[in-house]
Amino acid sequence: MKNIDLRGVSCPTNFVKAKLALELLDAGDKVEFLLDDGESVKNVPRSLKGEGHKLLALTEVDGYYVLSLEKGEE
Amino acid sequence: MSEDNKSTAVDLKNLKAGGFIKERKKDLFTIRLRVPGGRLPVSRLKRIAEVAEKYCSEGMVHLSVRQSVELINVNFKDFDAVVAELGEGDQRVASCGARVRVPTACGGCEYNPNGLVDTQKTALEVDRQLFGTSTGHHKFKVGFAGCPFDCPKSATNDVGFQGAILPELANDACIGCGLCVKSCSDGAITMGDVKLPRLDACLCTWCGDCVKVCPTEAWRAAKRGYTVRIGGKWGRHPLVGTLFASFLPEEQVVDFIATVLDWYKEKAEGKGRTRLGEIIIQEGPNSLLSALRSKFPQYVVDATIPPQRIETQVGKRPG
Ligand code: SF4
Ligand code: SF4
Ligand code: SF4
Repeated sequence: MKNIDLRGVSCPTNFVKAKLALELLDAGDKVEFLLDDGESVKNVPRSLKGEGHKLLALTEVDGYYVLSLEKGEE
Repeated sequence: MSEDNKSTAVDLKNLKAGGFIKERKKDLFTIRLRVPGGRLPVSRLKRIAEVAEKYCSEGMVHLSVRQSVELINVNFKDFDAVVAELGEGDQRVASCGARVRVPTACGGCEYNPNGLVDTQKTALEVDRQLFGTSTGHHKFKVGFAGCPFDCPKSATNDVGFQGAILPELANDACIGCGLCVKSCSDGAITMGDVKLPRLDACLCTWCGDCVKVCPTEAWRAAKRGYTVRIGGKWGRHPLVGTLFASFLPEEQVVDFIATVLDWYKEKAEGKGRTRLGEIIIQEGPNSLLSALRSKFPQYVVDATIPPQRIETQVGKRPG
């Protein structure tokens, strides 16, 4: 699965980067975003849901988070 | 002579309507323009700019802390011209004195991702129906925040409104992703043994973040409306308003404020220039609670505390 590292990138740049990365994928493709704890993990998933993508899971790994997502229809 | 004629020709009706504030310098006044909720159409902004360019003698306007546009350094002889050129009706000046002031509001849910209610719509409705109502006692401020972040500091108003959602979980829809647990800033959600989130209702501040993040709509809004705090004010002796109602529907806001106003008018009779919060402290909050409960039984809380004094550490109050 494609894996996009957004650690060290602050809001709202992390969301914009996630959006740009998603543009290269097709609807139904799955992808993982690596997110910092704090604001990032609170804001990015909600904003991506707002854009119509399907959130699948959130897992904590060594102090950061992995958000799995399926790209929604345009 | 012609000077005199000019000055007496000023329409005093405009003055009485309020919104004209004396400045330090001779003959100069500020004209405060109403901008309920802090939002104004660009066309109106342009018109204001044109009038300001002509009549604000220092070429400046000021944005008041309660979101009004203030034309500053205006010669009082130009009042009538300013009012006429702004176009009366849609450009009414803002109120001063013992009246309901222009409501303030944040952007609310329209374009702000945190908003839970349409603060702009409610603020406009309150402005339309209650702006300028005389209280007989003191000024009366109303403010709207779209969510519990409360950027507009709603509880520092006489009546302050804060958008709120009561979350409710539909167990079947949950996929156990854990996003809500991580999203809740107040630690109100924990993951139970069977990968099902559990809500500790007393920790919840009704922010709705869980509802917004949940990918399967397992969290839903069981209730939506305004958390209402009453009796706040700022100034020399600040008070923070306290909780009187929760999940008040948007369309009942005007009636709710009107009920508070009626109680205030009655209880403050003979007490001079006293703000609502001080009257609540004198009367005890139960009197206002029961007046509100008779009309809004579903939303008024069972018990509350009086408005809370903030210790400013300067200027002890006698008594
Ligand atoms: S109170 Fe909430 S909705 Fe209003 S501006 Fe602040 S964060 Fe946005
Ligand atoms: S509404 Fe806000 S505070 Fe309450 S459980 Fe949901 S995220 Fe937590
Ligand atoms: S976000 Fe929704 S689906 Fe995920 S654990 Fe919470 S309730 Fe379940």
